[in-house]
Amino acid sequence: MHPAFQAILTIIIGVGGCVGYFYFSNQFLDKVVFPPKGVHAGRNITRANMIRPWLFLFPALTALGLYLAYPVFETLRLSLSERVPGGGSQFVGLANYEQMFSESKFWEAMRNNLLWLIVVPALSTVFGLIAAQLSDRVRWGNIAKSLIFMPMAISFVGAAVIFKLVYDTRPVDQDQIGVLNALYLFFGGNQPVTWLTQVPWNSFLLMIVLVWIQTGFAMVILSAALRGIPEETIEAAIVDGANPFQVFFKIKVPQIMSTIVVVWTTITIVVLKVFDIVFAMTNGQWETQVLANYMYDKLFRASDWGVGSASAMIIMLLVSPILVWNVYNARKEMQ
Amino acid sequence: MSGIAGTKSSLTWAVHLSLVAMVLLWLFPTVGLFVSSFRTTDQISTGGWWKAMSSSEQSTTLRTSSPETQIGKDGVFLIEGNLFDEGSEAEISVWGTSSRSIDDYKAGDTAELKNGATITVAANGDYIMQSTETLTGKRGQRVFVTALTPPEFTLDNYKNVLFDENNREGMAKAFFNTLTVTIPATIIPILVAAFAAYALAWMDFPGRALLIAAVVGLLVVPLQLALIPLLKLHNEIGIGKGYLGAWLAHTGFGLPLAIYLLRNYMVGLPRDIIENAKVDGATDFQIFIKIILPLSFPALASFAIFQFLWTWNDLLVALVFLIDSSGETTVMTKQIVELLGTRGGNWEILATSAFVSIAVPLVVFFAMQKYLVRGLLAGSVK
Repeated sequence: MHPAFQAILTIIIGVGGCVGYFYFSNQFLDKVVFPPKGVHAGRNITRANMIRPWLFLFPALTALGLYLAYPVFETLRLSLSERVPGGGSQFVGLANYEQMFSESKFWEAMRNNLLWLIVVPALSTVFGLIAAQLSDRVRWGNIAKSLIFMPMAISFVGAAVIFKLVYDTRPVDQDQIGVLNALYLFFGGNQPVTWLTQVPWNSFLLMIVLVWIQTGFAMVILSAALRGIPEETIEAAIVDGANPFQVFFKIKVPQIMSTIVVVWTTITIVVLKVFDIVFAMTNGQWETQVLANYMYDKLFRASDWGVGSASAMIIMLLVSPILVWNVYNARKEMQ
Repeated sequence: MSGIAGTKSSLTWAVHLSLVAMVLLWLFPTVGLFVSSFRTTDQISTGGWWKAMSSSEQSTTLRTSSPETQIGKDGVFLIEGNLFDEGSEAEISVWGTSSRSIDDYKAGDTAELKNGATITVAANGDYIMQSTETLTGKRGQRVFVTALTPPEFTLDNYKNVLFDENNREGMAKAFFNTLTVTIPATIIPILVAAFAAYALAWMDFPGRALLIAAVVGLLVVPLQLALIPLLKLHNEIGIGKGYLGAWLAHTGFGLPLAIYLLRNYMVGLPRDIIENAKVDGATDFQIFIKIILPLSFPALASFAIFQFLWTWNDLLVALVFLIDSSGETTVMTKQIVELLGTRGGNWEILATSAFVSIAVPLVVFFAMQKYLVRGLLAGSVK
């Protein structure tokens, strides 16, 4: 069957199935299981209303449980066991973790990931804040925002190609087609540099790609926060003689601090999962390895599910403080 | 606000200039790829794309017409013509007749060839080759020219990448495969999530707060954790690698954000409408279909864009759950990564392929930016 037909069929089955499920399960509940008539009409309505939420939730909960919750525990189990030849697995305690900790590639990935965690959220937030503040003050601000925001729509792989062209290197006797080398030679460099092999600069060059993508996100959120600041506070500061920079740093920034934290943590999560950029641009060579790509290497190139799962658990461990913090805040907000 | 801030004019200029600089900096890399995708192989490899708008010096090898076209007159044999293709506006500065010395002669000079013939080449490419003997050989004389070529753009790269039946990159197929993955993976989670979000927003039941907290928690669970367990699961229940697996995976991974966004939006809908409907005897199912869904359109659109961009741009899920060893179900991101590895130097193919894959999300982005921004604002956990 042609995949296009398969896709259309899936949409029909998926959508039709969903609607059908919700409709008929509700009908079934109301007409057959707890019909609101007869001796127990009142009791039946109450009971039906107790069950109905779970009818609405059932497909979503199943999918969430199967595709997100179950894997967390299964990965934990896999990280503590190893595959035995002929199928099945056996418990090996922390052996996978020990093996992973003894690999220099893992520590290289950890070190790079920490650098990514510091550099990317910091630069994206700062640039985003600058862009938000500047574009709110000019008439063509919306166009500027659109253009800075645009990389959000571009895939990591597309961005990797875009920046590979920027970092491209040609032999010394030819014209450079990469902007970076052209600028380098223009400002007095001796010969073209193969940038992506230059440790430690290459890691930063990869980070720039993500900063380029994430700045737009930071800008959009921070711009909304800046507009939400009550004008009286700013007016009062100006009356008291504050200059524009003081207004920005002492009045505006403190008031949007909680939004800055949100932006920072959201980008942090993106950074922890970053895979495509490194995979496409250097594939972890020349000391640019990061955790997500290390994990992919272990799982699908070395076929080592134990160590691969162990490194996935490390990513989970790094994410969990943010997870707890988010859940805590969400609960506080609901009360 | 700028009025009250008492802006000084010098500061206004600084604001404009820094913003212009920032926008240009952010636009520059993309424009580079875009311009490159319209240049020929020669142009890309001989000069930076930023020179594409101006004329450039290029050295190429051209040929005169073959000796079959010679005209014999009064004992002199002539071949006349123009070295360039018709319509070319290139201007020759220097030229030569051997690959070792390509700049021996200026435009208008006459060169003597080994076989005793002479050739004169004018700046516009017109040449006259004459000899007292019959010119022999099957092919024309090679002429090495260095010419100032005006900017030139071509659609050939796109023709090659998209419409050439036997091109090995298979971008056209990958394009349709990507579409095949994306559309069901965008539509199905919306529906599943909408029902769940309604229950979490407007129905009272024990454990609701706990479920909402769980959804917030699942928002950040890295999808890396799901790869092996789910691949194992798919293999065990017989789905294996393929579209069905990819659709299911995208649905599962997209649900937390979908539920979170939609619930936050639905909670804000006016309580009166829903209670009035209940008093009038509408069931929850009717309320959901007839009132909640239409009113939630902005939130539905926000999530649809997110999910579309995410599934279209995805590489990891496709690598793990979709693409089997036959490679029939390959998607564009995977093709591009492959091109980066095997044909890293072929910028015309790379740039064009990348732009084909970027174009669709960009169109969606600019057309529906309003909803995307709204979704971002609602979706970042506050």
